[in-house]
Order: sequence, then C-alpha cells, then structure tokens
Amino acid sequence: MLKTLSSFFLSVLVMAQVNLAFADGMPKPWGLGLQESASPSHARITEFHDMMLWIISAVVLFVFLLLVYVVVRYSKEVNKKPETFTHHVLLEVIWTVIPVVILIVIAVPSFKLLYYTDRTAEPEMTLKVTGYQWYWGYEYPDHDDKSFSAYMIPDAEINADKGEVRLLSTDEKVVLPVDTNIQILVTAADVIHSFAVPSLGLKTDAIPGRLNETWVRIEKPGVYYGQCSELCGKDHAYMPIEIHAVSKEDFQAWAQK
Amino acid sequence: MADHKPGFFSRWFMSTNHKDIGTLYIIFSIIAALIGGGFSMIMRMELQEPGVQFLTDAAGNPNGQMWNAIVSAHGLIMVFFVVMPGLIGGFGNWFVPLMIGAPDMAFPRLNNISFWLIVPAFLLLLASALVGSPLMTQGLDAVQSWMDLLGPGAGTGWTVYPPLSSTLGHPEMAVDLAIFALHLAGASSILGAANFITTIFNMRAPGMTLHKMPLFVWGMLITSFLLVLSVPVLGGAITMLLTDRNFGTSFFNPEGGGDPLLYQHLFWFFGHPEVYIMILPAFGIISHIVSVFSQRPIFGYLGMAYAMVSIGFVGFIVWAHHMYTTGLDVDTRAYFTAATMIIAVPTGVKIFSWIATMWGGSISFKTPMLFAIGFIFLFTVGGVTGVVLSNAGMDTALHDTYYVVAHFHYVLSLGAVFALFAGYYYWIGKISGRQYPEWMGVVHFWMTFIGVNLIFFPQHFLGLQGMPRRYIDYPDAYAGWNEISSYGAYLTGLATVWFLVTALYTMFAGRKVGENYWDAKPQSMTLEWTLSSPPPFHQFEIQPKVK
Repeated sequence: MLKTLSSFFLSVLVMAQVNLAFADGMPKPWGLGLQESASPSHARITEFHDMMLWIISAVVLFVFLLLVYVVVRYSKEVNKKPETFTHHVLLEVIWTVIPVVILIVIAVPSFKLLYYTDRTAEPEMTLKVTGYQWYWGYEYPDHDDKSFSAYMIPDAEINADKGEVRLLSTDEKVVLPVDTNIQILVTAADVIHSFAVPSLGLKTDAIPGRLNETWVRIEKPGVYYGQCSELCGKDHAYMPIEIHAVSKEDFQAWAQK
Repeated sequence: MADHKPGFFSRWFMSTNHKDIGTLYIIFSIIAALIGGGFSMIMRMELQEPGVQFLTDAAGNPNGQMWNAIVSAHGLIMVFFVVMPGLIGGFGNWFVPLMIGAPDMAFPRLNNISFWLIVPAFLLLLASALVGSPLMTQGLDAVQSWMDLLGPGAGTGWTVYPPLSSTLGHPEMAVDLAIFALHLAGASSILGAANFITTIFNMRAPGMTLHKMPLFVWGMLITSFLLVLSVPVLGGAITMLLTDRNFGTSFFNPEGGGDPLLYQHLFWFFGHPEVYIMILPAFGIISHIVSVFSQRPIFGYLGMAYAMVSIGFVGFIVWAHHMYTTGLDVDTRAYFTAATMIIAVPTGVKIFSWIATMWGGSISFKTPMLFAIGFIFLFTVGGVTGVVLSNAGMDTALHDTYYVVAHFHYVLSLGAVFALFAGYYYWIGKISGRQYPEWMGVVHFWMTFIGVNLIFFPQHFLGLQGMPRRYIDYPDAYAGWNEISSYGAYLTGLATVWFLVTALYTMFAGRKVGENYWDAKPQSMTLEWTLSSPPPFHQFEIQPKVK
C-alpha cells in the first residue's frame, strides 16, 4: 500500500515537473498575479506592478480604515451632537499635495517602463505577424521568407500527453531564438486583432492597413502562450499563439528547414 | 390648481411634467436593467465552467457570434438604457427643478421628446438581435429552438470598432440598426442636456447663486456640458460607419485610404467623457446622502463642485488611454499616461471630503447611507485599478483583459449602480409618497454588496493572469476564479429579485410619509424636503426665496 502510494506521489511529482517544463508561459489555476516573466520587458512590467500593488493596497486600506473609524466613532448613538466645521485648509492642502506626490512617484518608473518596452535599439532579426479571421500568419523575412499559418488545435484533438493545452496550443509553432533582440511587426488582413503573449510582455494590435512595431528578447527556452486580444468575430477566443523559444543553434537549424 | 392632473393618456404619453417624465425614465431604466442584467446572467452561466455549455449552434459548436452579440448588447443596454436614463433622465429630471426651486424644466415638451426617443432607440437595439434570423430568412419551419429566433446580431462590443463592424465583419443589417439605436439615444441625450443647462442657468430661485446650488445640480450641470460636447462626436463616428457600410465611403477602410484608428479616436473622444457622464450625477447623489445621514454640511462644498468641474474638463483630454496598444507614438502614450493620472487628484479630494463630512457627524445607517458608504469604498477600489491601467507601459499586460473588466465594473456596477440604488432608497418616499421597509433595504444592500464583490474581485486575478475579455471560453487554468465570479452573479441576481419585491411592496403597501421624512437638518437641507410626498403636480408656481 505504502509502495503504491509513494510511487503514485512520485509519478505525480514527475508529471508536475514535466508540466512545469511546458508551463512557462501560461496561466496557473487560481493564479493571482502576472504570469512569470521570460523577457526583460515583462520582468520590468512585473516590477512596476509590484510597486503599484503596494501603493494601491495602502490607499485602499487607508480609506477603509478611515471609513471604519468614522462609522464606529461617529454613529448617531455614540456621537449625538454633530460638528459644524466645513473647512480645514491644511487638511485640504495635504490631501491634494500628497496624491500629487504619489502620482509623481508612480510616473517616473512608469515613463521609464514605457520607453524601455516601446522598441529595441538594435534588432537582430524580425518576425512579421499577420492576424486573420481566425488564425495567425507568421513570416521570417530575415530567414529566407519562411512563412506559415498557425491554427488552434481543436479540443477534440488535444493530446495532453504531448503537453498540449486546450485553447492555447496551435498546430504550427512560432520558433524563436533566446537571447536575441527580435523586432516584431504586426498587421492584420481583415479586422483588428491583437498579438499578445503575456509572459513575454507583448500586446500589439493588429490593424489592417497599418504596420505596428514591438520587440521582444526571450531570456529562457520554453513554451509561451498568448491569445488574440481584440474582438475579431465569432472565433475570437480560438486563435491562440504558441511560441517555442530555443537556443540560437536550434533556431538556425529550424529556420533552415 | 397646483394638483390638477391631465387624463391618463395625456399625462403619461404627452407629458410636460418633469416629475412624471422622471418616473417614466426610472421605470424604463429598471426594465432595461432586467434585460441587460439577464444577458449578464447568461454570460456568467456560460463562463462558470470551461467549455461551451449553452451558446451552441444546432451542430453543437460554440456560437461565438451569439456570444459576441450578447456581450455587446449587455454593454450598450447598461450604459445607454440603464445608467444614463436612470441617473440623468430619472433622478435628474425629478430633482433638478425641485432643488433649484423651479416649477419645471426650461423646455417641458422637449423633455418629453427626450424620453420618447429612448423607447424606439431601445427597441431598435433589440431588433438588431432579430434581423437575419432563421425565422426571418427562412420562415417558421426553420425554427427549431429559441436560438433560431435570433439573428447574428451586432457582435462588435459596445465600442463597435470597424472593420469588424463594417460590411467586412458584419454584412447583415444588425449593425445598421444598432447605429440607428445610438442615433436616437444620442439625440435624446443632447436635447436633454440642452434642457438641463438652460434650466440650471436661468431658472434658479432668487438668492440661489451658482455657489449655493446643491451638489447634485452641479453634477447634472457638468454632465450636461459633457453630453453636449461629446455625444455629437459619437454621432459623427457612427454616421461615418453607417456611410462606410451603405454608401461607399471609406472613412475607416484602409483599402479606400481610410483608417480604422480614426474611428477609435472619435469613439473614445466621446467614450471617455461618457464614463464621467455616468458618474458625475452619482457623485452628486452621494454628496446629498452623506450630508443628510451624517447630519453635517458637506465638507468643502466649493472643492467638491470644482473637483467635478476639473474631472469633467480633464476627462476630455485623456481619451487615448483606451488605445495604448494600437501603435500610438510613444510620446503620445506618455502624454496620455500623465493626463489620465491627474484625474486621480480631484477624485481623491471628493473621497476625502465625503469622509470629512462624516467625521464629527451623527451618522444613521439607513439603506441610502449603506449604499453611499459602499460607494465610497468600492469606487476607491475601482479608482486605484484605474490608476494602474493609466500607465501605458503597464497597460500592455492588462489591456483587453479581465483586469479592465474588473476596473470598470467596480466604478460602474459598484459605483454608478450603487448610487442608483442609494438614490432610489433616498428619494422613493418623495417620489411615491410611500416608504420602503427598512429591513428589506438592508437585506438588499448586503446581498448586493457581497454578490457584486464576488463577481468582480476575482476578475482582477483573471486579468493579471492574462485572461482576455469578450471570450466565450477560456483555458482551464482560469476555471477557479470564473466559477466564483459566476456564483457572485447568481447571488446578485437573487438580490435584484429581492429589490423588485421590495419596490413592488413599497409601491402598494409602503408606509406613507410626510415632507421631510429623513428629518434632514438645516445644514443638509435641499428644497425637495420642503414639499409634500409626493409633491403637488405643479410646485413652486411662486418661486421660494433662498438665503
């Protein structure tokens, strides 16, 4: 019995490890925060959000405590005679100036984050992404114009043993090299879509007639998922993105094929 | 003389009485809320578990188009047919003339036109869900389930972006009908706003300077300016969409030299002031309730009034924070980040001033005050997530996710809607002459408070984890929080049924009340409490003098 139990737990652990290897860039059950970062952009976004979370929690807690105090201390039963003051200049100045200071404290890292994530100074290669109803098309203009389309794997064909994930896995994968500054050009062929990969800090709208630019540097090998993020019609929920980040050598080998 | 009412048809279909028109708007708003809320129940039922259980076509495949149409209808109904008619058409019409000591609005018949425009507007929107249905295109024989009564509908989101909303994405007529619905609703709002501005500027009782005006009237005045300036831009945008769809123009079609982003700029130039249009009257109501139930004058009256003015003004120069991922220039995004963050300052002034009004007070916790205190806390929660979203760099991760959905539902469902309920409980005695049973209001409050927090708080987590919005189905990892959110929806649905029971009971068997049934003290007094409950058909035929 003990042997069965322990081998059961061992296999669960092994499966968990296997899943973890594929679980780099995807949501987790009961997840509370941003997905784990695999790019410097997303790492900075996460840092920024961590700071914001402290600030907004403090503000909400402060207001909550004030309300609790006021409700307890000044209920009709406790405080029978209401005060008559309607002004307090110092207080009014403080509660105008302190929020301004907090906003400046937020704005400085915010601007830094915005300018960092906007584009990379020295792209080493380009990926061209085109949104279609309802799939993504990919082109590698620096790699012999390699191109293909990637469709979601329908539920019925999902093979969990291969690590495939319902609504996230695609038939063709977007293979990219790690530790490379990649310029990503995004457009659409019909309606507006949006190319988003949370763990890489990517979200750029795909707009017909417009070429949008973003960039990514993937820091570790793994599988990173995303989903279309602009309402595009009946299968909006069914056109995911699956990126496989591999070593530069593996990428060259793949690009040659 | 003051109480002689017209016959039934004249009174209710050809009204020139601001109180009756206000009543019509409130009833309309409640009916629309049941429909819009019903759609949200369908949505939460579908999202309770991964996979598509309910919205499938005949072959059992997910019916994404129907999902999109329901999501879009939910948004349009709640914005244009629930919150705006309720707060502006309903409470605005009822109480602005009363509070300024006027006998009616400046243009009583125009007021009626505004109401009766909303009814066909709503019907057109509902019709947009019916055109192109199997019933219409193939006849009765094609109807095998209730879904065959419905056409593809306008599955565009309440934002109606082209090219999805153009003929490329929606070749059928549904979007055209939705556009006409918005034309009529827009006209209704513009005419109503002109009416409020004229009334408030010209018909205040002698002695009531602008700086002595009640804060609800300030809120309505500023809201009216926002409406007059922003709704025509929506009208322009949707008319350009209509001509793109039907008359060969290419405003938003790149193949003809146009730009889909032009629509977004025009839409959001309206869209952002629109959200302040929905919240400013709510701010006014909360100020009145907090003052009366704390038995204190509002703290910092001028600060409160001018905070609303600055929110309204700055609200016009922040629109592109809805467009951070569209490929705007980085400096443009930096500007909009800074401008958007500024709005937090006057908003904070209001939150702190409400608390300072309660400070030193003698607070009684009747239902209106429960909703008001709930509003103050929950609007703060919604407001801070807005500050998070205002940062363009951060928005990359959060745009079009459930974090945005959580944000705006906190400020709308837990902000504007709480103010609607607060206003109902505060003023129903005045409107109907009958008071609600206090214990029933308290039960409604707590069920609603718990329910809506259960729906929307987990959605912050879903958004941070990357769940996109407007999705009929989601990867399994999102299942946990979605289930909780759906349970919250069912509780809120029950709370709403309870509210209807309360409202009906009040209507027919509520305790009758006198003029100042909340015993508003002089420091919180506004003129509606000097009138009988309900007020005479015509009040203030001689204007009161205000000190």
